[in-house]
Order: sequence, then C-alpha cells, then structure tokens
Amino acid sequence: MYKNFFRYLISAIFLLGFSVNSNADFKVGFVYVGPTGDHGWTFQHHEGRNAVEAAGIKTTFVESVPEGADAERVIRQLAQSGHDLIFTTSFGYMDPTNKVAKDFPNVKFEHATGYKREHSNVSTYSARFYEGRTLLGHIAGKMTKTNTIGYIASFPIPEVIRGINAMTLAAQKVNPNIKTKIVWVFTWYDPGKEAEAAQALIDQGADVIMQHTDSTAPVQTAEKAGVWSFGQASDMQRFAPKSILTSIIDDWAPYYVERAIAARDGTWNQQDTWHGLKEGMVAMGPYNSAMGADLVKEVEQLQKDLASGKVHSFTGPIYDQKGNILVAEGKVADDGMLAGMSVYVKGVEGDIPK
Amino acid sequence: MSLDISFIGILIGSIMASSVPLILAASGELITERSGVLNLGVEGMMIIGAISGFALMVITDNLFIAIVGSMLSGVIISLIFGFLTQSLLTNHVATGLALTIFGIGLSAMLGKNFVGIPGKEFPILFSSLKESIPFFGPILFGHSIVLYFAFALPFLTNYFLKKTKLGLVVRAVGDSPVSASNQGINVILVRYCCILYGGAMCGLAGAYLSLIYTPQWIENMTAGRGWIALALVVFATWSPIKVLIGALIFGGITILQLHMQAIGFRIPVQFLSALPYLMTIIVLVVISRDSRKIKLNTPTSLGRIFYKEK
Repeated sequence: MYKNFFRYLISAIFLLGFSVNSNADFKVGFVYVGPTGDHGWTFQHHEGRNAVEAAGIKTTFVESVPEGADAERVIRQLAQSGHDLIFTTSFGYMDPTNKVAKDFPNVKFEHATGYKREHSNVSTYSARFYEGRTLLGHIAGKMTKTNTIGYIASFPIPEVIRGINAMTLAAQKVNPNIKTKIVWVFTWYDPGKEAEAAQALIDQGADVIMQHTDSTAPVQTAEKAGVWSFGQASDMQRFAPKSILTSIIDDWAPYYVERAIAARDGTWNQQDTWHGLKEGMVAMGPYNSAMGADLVKEVEQLQKDLASGKVHSFTGPIYDQKGNILVAEGKVADDGMLAGMSVYVKGVEGDIPK
Repeated sequence: MSLDISFIGILIGSIMASSVPLILAASGELITERSGVLNLGVEGMMIIGAISGFALMVITDNLFIAIVGSMLSGVIISLIFGFLTQSLLTNHVATGLALTIFGIGLSAMLGKNFVGIPGKEFPILFSSLKESIPFFGPILFGHSIVLYFAFALPFLTNYFLKKTKLGLVVRAVGDSPVSASNQGINVILVRYCCILYGGAMCGLAGAYLSLIYTPQWIENMTAGRGWIALALVVFATWSPIKVLIGALIFGGITILQLHMQAIGFRIPVQFLSALPYLMTIIVLVVISRDSRKIKLNTPTSLGRIFYKEK
C-alpha cells in the first residue's frame, strides 16, 4: 500500500508544481524491481534502506517497478520530488537512470549491477556474487551423486552468465564429470514458474538445484523432492531446512549508509564499486551439517582464500565452449572481462539466448 | 531424456497440477461473463484468495477453514465489484481494473506478517496408487482434492449452462438483459450471484497457489495468472470445455519448454518462452473457428451496463 501512497504523493507534488528546495531535508530514494517481501534480492536492498533510515536519514522507496519505461517515470518522479540521492537497484534500470541523471545534475544516482556512468552524477555498484558461486560450485561438485547440477537462470546478462561460469569452473575442479543444465525462465520473480523450472531440472536428473531468481519457490521444490539447493540473495534456510546447503547473502547496508552520509555531507564522488567476500558485501549463510565436517572445513578455507585474494574464481587456464582459450594458464580474469562476460566456459551445456 | 512411459506419466501429472489455477479462475470468470458482466479483477481476487487462504492456514492450522475462507474472501471482494457495477452502475472495465490494483495492494499489506512462514503440507489422495501403477498412477492419483474439483468443474459448468434452467437464466441475462427482465427475471440478482461465484472460484485459484502449489505467501505470487485466465475465457469463446483444453495446453507447453531447455534442445530460448502463449492462442482459434457456435456462446451484452427503469 505504501507503494501507491508514495506514487500518489509524488504525483501530487509533481502536478501541483511544487518546487522542492534541494537544501531542505536530505532525502534518499530507492527503486526496487520486486516486492520488499520477496525474501530475496529486493528484501536485502530494503534491509540496506532500513540501515540508512536507522542512521537518521530520511528515505522513500517504490517497490515492484518494472524494468523499462515505467522505471524512467518513477526515477524521474523521485528526482523531481526532492530526493538528493537515488538508488536504482536492478540491472534493467541502467538506461533510465542515466537518462534521468542527465536532466538532474544536482541529484546523485547509484545504479546497482550496471556499467554505464554516462554523467558525473551516476555511480555504479555491485557485489562479486561470483565468489559465492565458486563456493556453491565446490559444494555442488562434491555433493552431487548424479553429476548433474540444475541452474535456474533469469536473463542472459553478464552477471548471470558469470555466476554460471564461476559455479561450473569450481564444480569441475572437484568433480570433472559434472554437467550443468540451465533453464532460462526470463523473469526475476515468478514463484510458480521458478518452481516448475526446478521440478523440470529435478525430473531431468539434477540432484543439486541452484537459482539466479529471487523467490524461495525453487528451494522449497528441492526440499519436497529431496534434493540439495542453495539460497539466493538472502538466507533462505528456514524455507528448506533440510535441502539448503548454504545461501549467498547480499549485504548492501554498509555501502548504502556510507554513500548516503557522503552525499549528505557533500563528499560524494562518482565511483564504480565492486565489493565481494573481502568487504562483506557478499556473505555466506550457515553451512548445512549434512555436508559433513570435512567439506565444511574445506569450503570455509576456500571462502577465506577467496576473501584474501589467494584464490580467484576465474583462474586460468579457462576455455570457452569451443575450446578457445579465454584466460591463459597462471593468469586471472581482469574486471573488464568479468564485467562483460558473454560466453559460457567449457563444460556448460547449451547456448546463451541472444 | 528418459522417454520411458512412466516419466511421461509424471510429466502429465505435473502439467495437470500447473493448470489448476487457470482452470478454476477461468471457469469462474466464464460464468460471470456469461451473465453479461466483464470482471477484469480476476488477478486481484486471486491474490486476495492466496493471502486469505495462507493467513487462515497459519492462524487456525486448519486447511479446510483456509480453503473455505479463501473462497469467502473472493466472494467478499467481488461483492465490492458487484455493488459498484450493478448497484452504482459504474463501468465494468474501469472497476475491474481498480479491483485488481486494490487486490494486489491490499494483499501485500495483509501479508506483511505472513512473509517467510513456511507452508503446511497439503494432503494428497491415493498416494499409494500413484506409486504402484506406472503411467496412469501419477496422472490419476496422488493429487490434492482441489485438483479433482478443478478438472470436474468445466464439465459441471457446461452441464449447468446447457442443461439446467438456471443456466438458461444466466445465459438469457447475458444475452439480452432487457428481455430477461421483461420475462420477470431479476437481472441484477442473477448478475450478483454470478459475480460472487466468479469471486469464489478466483479465491480458490489463489489459495491453490499459496496452499498447495508453492505453499508459502509472497507478494504478487499470482504473477499474472489472472490475466491469462481472462484471456483464456475469450479465446475459448466462452465454452467451458475449451477453457479446460486451453489451460492444459498453456500449462503443458510451459512445463514442456522448461524440460526442453533442461535437455538442451537447440531452439532459441526466447521462442520456447513465447510458445505457451502462441500455441494456446493458435489451438483455441482453430478449434473455435465455427462462427455459428461463437455467436451462440458469446454473451451479447458483455460489459454493458443494465439498469431497470422504475
């Protein structure tokens, strides 16, 4: 209901032509792609917003904003209604964010998971989720009996492909016979469809299910079918206590608080942030004891090594599906290559949708 | 892919399970529309049914109360629509759209405290037969009672509309409310009943999602299924049996395309994703191309406001 309330409020202000003085109360706006109650992606961003609020800064948020034309309208309304800093928290908001930023040079924009910073008032930030995927791949490779890992993918963007690759590379390292089966659902959030995709993968022989979508339906389907699964974005353990081996948790709160305070105090600069396990933007949920003490120890060590930089998720030699070398032996992939990743590594089945 | 016969049985079973919310909601809406009322609030009524059912399950720990409650909640919210369109004579389309927006917002608000609570296992019938009979077992047995009801519903609806006096009354009201009124039929009362029935079925469809199919409450969990149900009614040219066929094709291709991806068919995934919509429309258009029958089934006064001059 708040969503509509704010929409009305914002439109009312807009229609009446109030010019809000930007020196008045400092305000931060958030645009979410899903509902705050998704217990996944948006839920974690909302936790970040709560932390900003707790730091004494006023915030507003608009939830379930579709990526596309609607997004631009919402971002524009937030900018028009006197917000000084606006976090747009989904990849698909990239172009709308830059478009609005051009018209509001005094408003600061922070876009999550994108790479376009066309104006000096746009920053981008993301988390190195792929480090978490490496841990999942290691666990999955050890836990699978059918050597088949099922992966529910949302949209063919670099972030999703990077996750598939990181997971597959790590799984191959501990289990050379591993096969990754991928199902694209073309949605971030549709519990029914995500459950159906999980079921299809299980029917096709996958005994470890992984998701790059936002609802808890896949882990619940896995629990019912008695196969392993991993939580996405948030600790989903209580939805599937037996099935979940661990969760990748996004922790945006420290970053949001830091950036909001910087913007308020006038020390905000354009930057491109990409934090991982080291900074705590990516965290892991509790490890399921069903993994066995040895594997838990192994994974905890790997987690430490990834955080310290001793191990990199994309260490050469890495080949693409055709066998061309992507990363040479002894080298690691640089951030530019990671950010634009658009091919599968060797061992992943199928083609990337174009 | 293991293309053995028992796997196909399991596949058909899961296709049936995924079609249930569409069959329920579309069958309910079909009766509403046959009485001449266009209620675009299907999605809103479904989501209210989903949260009411789930909330009642958590509070009372009784699935029977949850199911009945979800239907009642559908009745209550459709009563708002009925009152506005039938008593205050508002526009059907606008009121229905408002009902959907209202339903989604209200369910999100009501559901705040129910997010993150795991659902309860819903009892399935004849689960031992499901395991013991290959192929037919997973198709015929091991489902929830709601699924059996959903698959009987289109046939019952067909019988009701074609063979009963009440069904004739509903059709008369939908075709020509003025003549029906002159025959002494209380048009407004009939339409109220049809609206409330549609609400109950949409509520049940929502509860099927939150209690049986993906037992949990998450905001916006119907994810557009109400709109698909609405489209099914139109493409099935208001025939209950064709609604059933359309829902099965839609559910079937949705699940088949996921399997095809998992197997690794070299077909563009975007095409596979569009396939359920495409095939459902094509099949329904092809089986409904008899224009005489369309005329027979289409409620002539659909969406028109009726009032009795006093």
